[in-house]
Amino acid sequence: MSDLRAALPGRGIWDRLTALFWRRPGVLVAVLIAAPLAWLGIVYVGSLVALLIQSFYSINEFSGVVVKEFTLKTYAELLRPANADVIVRTVTMAASVTLASAVLAFPIAYYAARFARGRWKAAFYLGIMLPLWSSYLVKVYAWKLILSKEGIISWAANGIGAGGVLDALLALPGIGGNSLSTSYIGTFLVFVYVWLPYMILPMQASLERVPQSMLEASAALGAGGLRALWSVILPLALPGVIAGSIFTFSLTLGDYIIPQIIGNSANFIGMAVYHLQGTAGNIPLAAAFAVVPILIMLVYLGIARKLGAFDAL
Amino acid sequence: MSAAVQFDHVSRHFGGVKAVDDVSLTIAEGEFFAMLGPSGSGKTTCLRLISGFEKPTTGVVRIFGEDMGAVPPNQRQVNTVFQDYALFPHMNVRDNVGYGLMVRGVDRRTRLAEAERLLALVHLDGFGDRKPAQLSGGQRQRVALARALINKPRVLLLDEPLGALDLKLREAMQDELKKLQRELGITFVFVTHDQGEALSMADRVAVFSQGKIAQVGSATEIYARPATRFVADFVGSSNILAPDLARTFGVAGALASLRPEALRIIPAEGARITGRVTGARYLGAGTRVTIAVNEYLGKEEAEIAVLVPAAGKVPGIGAVVGLDWDADAVHPMEAA
Repeated sequence: MSDLRAALPGRGIWDRLTALFWRRPGVLVAVLIAAPLAWLGIVYVGSLVALLIQSFYSINEFSGVVVKEFTLKTYAELLRPANADVIVRTVTMAASVTLASAVLAFPIAYYAARFARGRWKAAFYLGIMLPLWSSYLVKVYAWKLILSKEGIISWAANGIGAGGVLDALLALPGIGGNSLSTSYIGTFLVFVYVWLPYMILPMQASLERVPQSMLEASAALGAGGLRALWSVILPLALPGVIAGSIFTFSLTLGDYIIPQIIGNSANFIGMAVYHLQGTAGNIPLAAAFAVVPILIMLVYLGIARKLGAFDAL
Repeated sequence: MSAAVQFDHVSRHFGGVKAVDDVSLTIAEGEFFAMLGPSGSGKTTCLRLISGFEKPTTGVVRIFGEDMGAVPPNQRQVNTVFQDYALFPHMNVRDNVGYGLMVRGVDRRTRLAEAERLLALVHLDGFGDRKPAQLSGGQRQRVALARALINKPRVLLLDEPLGALDLKLREAMQDELKKLQRELGITFVFVTHDQGEALSMADRVAVFSQGKIAQVGSATEIYARPATRFVADFVGSSNILAPDLARTFGVAGALASLRPEALRIIPAEGARITGRVTGARYLGAGTRVTIAVNEYLGKEEAEIAVLVPAAGKVPGIGAVVGLDWDADAVHPMEAA
C-alpha cells in the first residue's frame, strides 16, 4: 500500500478548476453568464437607453439640426392629430390582429395539445413552423398577388357567385378599399397569417400542461364542455395566451413592411419611424415614436397581471 | 337494499389489451366497497367505467338500475376523488369546493355558505381563502373530498385516495373516511393496491387480477378464506401449501393456504410436524419466523412462516421446533 491518502492527487489545470467551482459555485455562475450579461447590458439595454435619451432631444425646425437639450417638445409633437392618428391606427390594428390570432389559434392549439399523437403531432409542428422557414418578404408579396383585384380570391369569389359579398366587404367605410390588397382588411389578413404561429406555439405549450384529471374533475362535478372551457381550460391556459399575444401584439406594433406593401399606404408606427430616421432626419421624433410600443406593452403586461393572467404560472 | 352499481359482463379493451375482461359485479347501496389489486389489474379502469370516463367495449354498466351506456360523466349522480386530487390551481379552496354548485347555477351566496359547511365537515374551517398550492397533501385530499361531496352524489368514487399521504396521516384518514361514509350513507367505491387499507375500511372487497375479479367477499372472507393462490398471495402473507404439504396439514388433494398467525411453535417432541428455524424478522407487533420443513418431508422446498406474537418466545436460528395449528385455518383453494 503506497498511497493511503483519501484524495487523489491533482491532474493539472482542469482538476484545479473543477475543485475551484466546487468550492465556490458562484464563480462558475459568474463565468457562465458574464458574456450574455455583457451583451444584454451594453448592446441591448444600452441602445434602449440611448433611444430614450434621443426621444427627449428636439430638432431645430429651420436648420434640421438635432438640439441636444432635454425637452418634452418632441413628445408634444407626438400628440399632434396626424401623429396621434398613426398611434391609434397601429394599436387598433395590433389589437384586432391579436384577437383574431387568438380565436384562430385556440382550436388548432387545443387539437395539437389534447388529441394529436406521434406522427400527427410531428405533422402539426411541421405545418406551423414551415411558413416561418420561408422569407417574410416572399410571403408578403405572395399575399399581395393573392389579395389583388385580379387575384385568386376575387376570381374564386366571382366563380362561386360570391363576388357581391366581396364587394360589400370592400365597400365597408373605414376598412374597405379598391381591392383586398389595398385595404385595411388585406393588411389585417396578412398580419394574422404572418404572426399566427407565434400565437399557436405558446398556447399549445400551456394547454398541454393542463392535466387531463382536471377536465375529468370538472365533468364529474357536472360541468359541460363550455363550462370547463370557460372556468378551467382558459384560466389555466391564460399564461400561454398572454405570451402569444405579447408576440402578435408587439410584432404588429413594430412592423413597417406589411403596411407598406399591403394596404392603403396609411402610416403605421413602424413606417413613421422608418421615414423619420431616414428621409426626414428627425431622429428625436423617430425615437419618441419608438418609445410608444414599449410603453403600450408595459401597460398591457400590467393589466394582464392585475387580471391574474400569471396566477396559474 | 338495491344495487348502486352493477356490472353485467363488462369488458374494456385497449387495442389488444383486455384491461377489464368480462367482469360482473354488484355493489349494494350504502356499501363501502374496495377494488383491490396490483397495478394493471383493471381496478382503476373499472372505477372509470362507473364515472363514465371509459366506455365498456362490451357489457352494460348500471347505476341504480339505469343503463349508463348513453349517459356522459357530467350527467351521472357519481363523483370522483382523483388520485392527484385535481384541484383547480387558479381557484381558492372555497371556489374549488363550490364548483359543483356553480355549474348547477346556484347563486353565489348559497354556494359559498354550502362550501363552508363542507369544509367544516372535513375539518378545514377557515381555509377557504387559500389556494391549493398553499395546502399540505392531507389538506388537499380533504378539499378534494369536500368538493366531490357538495353535489350530494349517490356514489362516491375514490381513486387511491390515500396513496400520496404518509403512514400516520393515512391511518387517520382511513378512520375519518369510514366515519364520513357511515354518517352520509353514500355508497363509497375506492380503488387501492394496499391490502391493509382495503381490509380495514371496506365492507366488501373485490380482488382484481389481470382484468378479472379473483374473489369478492367481506374483508374477513377474503383474508381467512382466499379463493385462489393469487388472492392468498396478494392479501396478507399467507403460507401457500403445495398438495403434498397440504395433506400433512390435513387437507387432501388440493392447494391450501394457512395464515402465519394461525400457527404456533411448540417443542419438537411429540409434534405432528417439525422443522428447522431458518430466519426471523421482527415486525414490531410480533416476529415472523420461517421454518424449513422440507428436510423432514424429503419433498421440494417447503418453508412455513409463523407469526410469533410479541409476548411469545422466538427460537434461535437453526433450532429444531415443532408446529401446531388451528385445523380450521387450513383452507383449500384453486390453483389460479
